[in-house]
Amino acid sequence: MAIKSKFTKRSDGRKFDEAREMDAKVGIIPSADGSAMFRSGSTIAIAAVHGPRILHPQHMQNPKKGILRVNYNMMSFSVDDRIRPGLSKRSQEISKVTEWALSPCVDLEEFKGNVVDVFIQIPQADAGTRAAGINAAAMALAHAGIPMKEMASCTAIGKMDKTLAVDVSKEEEDFSEGEGSTDIPMCCLSRTKKISLLQLDGKISVDELKEAIEMGKIACGKINEIQAKALKEIE
Amino acid sequence: MNDKEEKRQIIVPGETIVSGDEYLPGEGARREGEDIVASKYGIVDISEKLVRVVPLSGVYIPRRGNNVIGQVVDMNSAGWNVEFGSFVQGFLPISEVPFYVNRNELREHFDFDDMIFAKVSGTNGRSIDLSIKMRNLGKLDEGMVVRVNPHKVPRVIGKEGSMVNMIKDSTGCTISVGQNGFIWIKGEKIEDEVNTKKIIMYICKNSSVKGLTEKVKTYIEKDLKLKIKEENGN
Repeated sequence: MAIKSKFTKRSDGRKFDEAREMDAKVGIIPSADGSAMFRSGSTIAIAAVHGPRILHPQHMQNPKKGILRVNYNMMSFSVDDRIRPGLSKRSQEISKVTEWALSPCVDLEEFKGNVVDVFIQIPQADAGTRAAGINAAAMALAHAGIPMKEMASCTAIGKMDKTLAVDVSKEEEDFSEGEGSTDIPMCCLSRTKKISLLQLDGKISVDELKEAIEMGKIACGKINEIQAKALKEIE
Repeated sequence: MNDKEEKRQIIVPGETIVSGDEYLPGEGARREGEDIVASKYGIVDISEKLVRVVPLSGVYIPRRGNNVIGQVVDMNSAGWNVEFGSFVQGFLPISEVPFYVNRNELREHFDFDDMIFAKVSGTNGRSIDLSIKMRNLGKLDEGMVVRVNPHKVPRVIGKEGSMVNMIKDSTGCTISVGQNGFIWIKGEKIEDEVNTKKIIMYICKNSSVKGLTEKVKTYIEKDLKLKIKEENGN
């Protein structure tokens, strides 16, 4: 980076490449075929997988392979201001990008005309909900016994003024001094290290973006370890 | 007895199980260069260089030759539609029934909600064909059906049916185990059936423990206070 920032530490005392305290658990919803919880700081995501099962409406069925359907929802009181329950433009967009982030991992060739439903609920939000949602959903998909090529791990890289930081909190996301804040959620696959989700909201230079992606890949590797550990500790 | 409850290796999709050209990838595994990589979440099973991943949870995936227990949900002039807890419905055509069926009177043989014990004769794409043209297959009258995780069925059956025979010897119930996780129990008294259900649930709860047969034996004798008769019904 050309200009070093005046900050040496983050508001919650973390280092810049340090993610929040993470926690993961598998098999939390008995009625689902697969389920998982992922917590990062005070952001909590719960994912439930149902299926493969027959897809209705029938016109959505794909006779060549099964489809993945993701439903992301933030609970009304997950944030300070109550959110109106139900679909919003934001939740629909996140549902869609989560679906795209996870579809390179799953292999649904065998389940022709079927659907794998993923439901993500956010009971408590403090930025990075789509990342936590993807992490929980990947674990839930594995838990449901869906054929998967690899796992997916997701984190958000933030840029506050000129400083890059891993796994931003809400406070850091709202940073407004200097160049302001930039939010870069990215999803990295565990084996091929391919990026299946990369969104960017704000301003950033090409060099900084490259650096941010490298930081994100390292952070995703650490998340993947937590996911694998939770899956192995079952029963 | 070994007090340590050993558990087998659990693998996560995308992880390398073993490396080496001599290994062969089986179900739930694939080859990537030198490595055998897991394609499913489950327990690693390596037998004679064949590497498989046995799933721990999830929906039952029907395979040809499996015996399943299902419920009649629909019928037409060609046969019965059977729901057996999978992502596809099974179809039992009247040609796969060992008796004559009047096409207009299908309900005489299997009515709605009847439970059927059938064999998967083929899995062609989107439909599962069932057959009851074998001994022991057909309609299940009376008794009760319990549903367990389909991945725990091998534990309930045991090595060459040792576990299920032990349950039969202790409670005197007739048990039919479907690979889809439906288990049909029929005994002379309702208490026998309830005890059988308790034992099955106990097995499913402790399925990952080594020395399960001994544990179940003590459970039957100490907790349920039943005697395992050594006579073998089959």
